[in-house]
Amino acid sequence: MSTAKCLAMPPPGVELSRLIGKLIVIEGPDASGRSTQIAHLSRWIEQAGCSVVQVGLKRSALVGNELEKAKQGNVLSPRTRSLFYAADFYDQMENDIVPALCAGSIVIADRYIFTLMARDLVRGAEPQWVESLYSRAISPDAVYFLKVSPEQLALRTLKSHQKLDYWESGMDMSLSRDWFDCFDKYQRLINQVFESLQKKYKFDVINADQPVSAIQDDLRVRIGNLLKNEIVSIARKE
Amino acid sequence: MKGNSKEHKYPGALIAIEGLNGSGKSTQAHLLYEWLTGLKCRVFYSEWNTSEIVNEVYRRGKKSKMLTPTTFSLINATDFADRYDRQILPMLKGGFIVLCDRYIYTPYAVDRVRGCDEAWLHGLYQFAIPADLVFYLDLPIHLTMERLHDARIEPSYFDAGMDLKLSQDLLESYRLFQGRLHNEYLQMANEHGFNLTDATLTISQQQHLIRQKIQKVIDLKRFKERKD
Repeated sequence: MSTAKCLAMPPPGVELSRLIGKLIVIEGPDASGRSTQIAHLSRWIEQAGCSVVQVGLKRSALVGNELEKAKQGNVLSPRTRSLFYAADFYDQMENDIVPALCAGSIVIADRYIFTLMARDLVRGAEPQWVESLYSRAISPDAVYFLKVSPEQLALRTLKSHQKLDYWESGMDMSLSRDWFDCFDKYQRLINQVFESLQKKYKFDVINADQPVSAIQDDLRVRIGNLLKNEIVSIARKE
Repeated sequence: MKGNSKEHKYPGALIAIEGLNGSGKSTQAHLLYEWLTGLKCRVFYSEWNTSEIVNEVYRRGKKSKMLTPTTFSLINATDFADRYDRQILPMLKGGFIVLCDRYIYTPYAVDRVRGCDEAWLHGLYQFAIPADLVFYLDLPIHLTMERLHDARIEPSYFDAGMDLKLSQDLLESYRLFQGRLHNEYLQMANEHGFNLTDATLTISQQQHLIRQKIQKVIDLKRFKERKD
């Protein structure tokens, strides 16, 4: 039986009773190891016999181009940018996530509305407005937040990309003229916002300063519990 | 739209002209603009002119039929928010009369017909102040159809609500869709005290009535340009 819910109510045309799959969300900043963890988890769940569909905050076909333009900066007002991101999210939710849940798949989302909300909130958007904007989102069955200390995060980002991303550093917010300082300040601010979201939406915080395998073990214990009815014989370890 | 009925704190004033296609909104709005300019008032005319960026999204959404009521609603809100943040709000803060050829009431009506609920719309548009005065140019549906025919205009896919699958026939779908919109407008007019203007009157008769109402509600002297 479906236990699917929306944060407030479903969008027109979405029947919650038909969503029989499970929605698992992995949140965390860039370089927190999200995609590595998701790749391992997917294989593990599939090996246990469940179908997995991966979704992410990639660009939707509907407004992807416009978002790309918006990222160049200055073209849109902050509110307009928030709305474009919301349109992008719902386009993917209604066209990818909902059908996969209808089919009974385990949907693993590489970030979800919480990242989008945090980005808006940290830039001064009214909490009430942001909340209503995402009030039609399907409630995840679980949210795991991969938390990395800002020091670790800067190191990992520089190691894998050799530079800091403009938006992930909050450079648009003019927190500092120094890129590294700006990144550090922005990540601390975003962490604060995530903490308040975590209380509100009750997600699990995973210490992602640990090695990859330790994080994976931690996630498997939690997900194994969550999916105990879906998976007949689930192996905790590979 | 309960919460939106609070009064705003800006020195400017906002007048919205609403109505179905062919009801004469732009004509009336244009005449008001000329009148207020003639009175040497600070006035800004804002048209519901969909931006290029949004038109592109519509085109893509229509082609692949992938717009849902929710994404449709968000795209419209995006377009409006851009105009609101860039022009309408600064003008209100700067003490202008902002004359809107369609305002938030248009997406409200359209989205409601597409099935979006009140709470969603209220949340989405809570950033926009309510208009000081709203005129709804009230035209019976059969006259809307007649004017469309006279103007030899083919309605667009979304103006005809073709995505709602009311009818395979474009004109029939248009008639049904506009009829539903009309009902939504009348309901809002009732709830929020819009001024219903009989759009079967002559253009100048309507204009006269609208000007009278504006003079009664808005102290135009406050908006006069200083004589240097």
